[in-house]
Amino acid sequence: MSAGDVILRVRDLKKWFPLRRSLVEALTFKPKRYVRAVDGVSFDLHEGEIFCLVGESGCGKTTTGRMITRLIVPTAGHMYFKASEEVKSITPEKFVSEDGYIDIANPKLPKHVDKALRREIQIVFQDPFGSLNPRMKVYDILKEPLIVHGIGASEEERRELIYRALSEVKLVPPDEFIGRYPHMLSGGQRQRVAFARAMILGPKLVVADEPVSMLDVSIRAEILKLMMDLKEAKGLTYLFITHDLAVAAYLCNRIAVMYLGKIVELAPTEELINNPLHPYTKALLAAVPEPDPSNRFRIREVPIKGEVPSAANIPPGCRFHPRCLYTMDICKKEEPELFEISEGHYVACHLYKKK
Amino acid sequence: MALLEVKNLKTYYYTLRGVVRAVDNVSFSLERGEVLGLVGESGCGKSTIAWSLLNMVPPPGRITGGSIVIDGIDITKLSEDDLRKKVRWKKISMIFQGAMNALNPVFTIEDQLAEPLMIHKGLSKKESREIIAKLLKMVGLDETIMKRYPHELSGGQKQRVIIAMALILNPDLVIADEPTTALDVIVQAQIINLFKQIKQRYKMAMIFITHDLSLIAEIADKVAVMYAGKIVEIGSADQVYGNPLHPYTQGLLASIPRLRKREEIRWIPGVPPDLSRPPPGCRFFPRCQYVMDVCRKEEPVLKEVEPGHYVACHLY
Repeated sequence: MSAGDVILRVRDLKKWFPLRRSLVEALTFKPKRYVRAVDGVSFDLHEGEIFCLVGESGCGKTTTGRMITRLIVPTAGHMYFKASEEVKSITPEKFVSEDGYIDIANPKLPKHVDKALRREIQIVFQDPFGSLNPRMKVYDILKEPLIVHGIGASEEERRELIYRALSEVKLVPPDEFIGRYPHMLSGGQRQRVAFARAMILGPKLVVADEPVSMLDVSIRAEILKLMMDLKEAKGLTYLFITHDLAVAAYLCNRIAVMYLGKIVELAPTEELINNPLHPYTKALLAAVPEPDPSNRFRIREVPIKGEVPSAANIPPGCRFHPRCLYTMDICKKEEPELFEISEGHYVACHLYKKK
Repeated sequence: MALLEVKNLKTYYYTLRGVVRAVDNVSFSLERGEVLGLVGESGCGKSTIAWSLLNMVPPPGRITGGSIVIDGIDITKLSEDDLRKKVRWKKISMIFQGAMNALNPVFTIEDQLAEPLMIHKGLSKKESREIIAKLLKMVGLDETIMKRYPHELSGGQKQRVIIAMALILNPDLVIADEPTTALDVIVQAQIINLFKQIKQRYKMAMIFITHDLSLIAEIADKVAVMYAGKIVEIGSADQVYGNPLHPYTQGLLASIPRLRKREEIRWIPGVPPDLSRPPPGCRFFPRCQYVMDVCRKEEPVLKEVEPGHYVACHLY
């Protein structure tokens, strides 16, 4: 793993979605209620790494990814991004920190900076059937970002960029694909187009939100390999979002496990898989099925109880305590902080705090 | 005698663009208490097999040939009325893909579970209540859930209700079509545990349909791998996982990332064929790395390579 400079420093990032109050609640001046989808997330992304956010549905991993791509505006928190010199040169000085980072969570960021930043951070969505416009040909799908960002002086220049992007994602010969509509492509090819669309702007950071979970198993590996190749060729950094720990373990350098809007454990992949500390991580790992037929004779012990509570109603203290098998008194009162227990291994659990 | 005997089953969809041979000459059998895992990629015909077994293939699909014999009854020959009264739910019940979202939102769980008992067994609502309570307990739910509506339950709970519903008439065979796809890993593991318990306690035969080979390994005694409307390999779980013979099975197994083994994963290049125009010869040959001349011309048939282990490939 190449531990490059920090490309993105996320600090205490929050997204609270307000709930509609009932008439009675409004009339009695009850406080507003929120779905706390992301509730104070902090991590560093290093240049050139594949960082994974893993968790079950509703844990806030996608919301985090969307805030980083600024598709939704955070409620609170900071995201310090190491932008390119080009972007820095057009940014007013007060938005650039001393060490050269721009807080992309700042809503006052001027529009032209905001737009320039979008070139640097791109996203690939989960569903290649929904994320490509069915009425546009591959050529136009790839041309759109170029037009939006004013890249390429002439049609020829753009055409060249599009051809290059298509060959980078191994849709060759490009001539065969530019005239097709998304429905004329297979799932894997569609996801390749989605990657080409993200890559054509030359981003530094790509958020990949479950890019393989809608694909058939036999072609998943193909897309994962493509991601690795693109990373090597372009020096990219990935934020990979998935619910599948096996895929995360295969692809990623570091894994952060999220539960109800918080990171509960963060460690290098090998360490997390072989030495999980947080009870939730242990339960998740125990639940992953493996293609070993001897498993059919044993009941899988999943050390967890109950069900995920709603993010509108987060338990006090440690948010995992109602489901934890090791609950102590302190867990019900005090929320554990994420702290470093060994080098690079962070955990938020009272079990490891006392000493 | 085997509980279920499927012979040369052909289910085709007659679309305007041509005949789609979704299930083409499929044969297999299942003993009582045995769990068959049916695995394949999307569009390979695995769900169509499930529908065929209940003889309720959605139009324009139709069973055009072969036989499906359960407990001595050939269900392809039964009238719609007999099917409903004698076979569906009593002998074969099914957990449909996404069924948990098909629970009726305006009826309580009790009302929905009581319906098959009242209609098939002629029980009163009161009489059914006891059976339902027992069954809910068996699938790991609290009795109080009877009075609840579907929207009050979590995904895992709804899936348990669906499983209870499939078991309510004590069928000989339960078909589960992707029963855990929409569920999170932890809930998925819990539901699989439930299936294992049911299998142990009731010795019920099951057909478990999924695209996930890891999941099949958790439950199936026998595994059938489908590709483009055909079974390409079938054998005991140990045989198929321990000694996969068909290049497609090998490719599928090599494409699964493992949690604790750092291994390079591979993929199968290309895409499955259009089933309205399958390639001549072996349907897998355009994607196969061992392709020979004979593969392009002649269709391989299932051959027994070792006892109980069949493969359809010219390599053997």
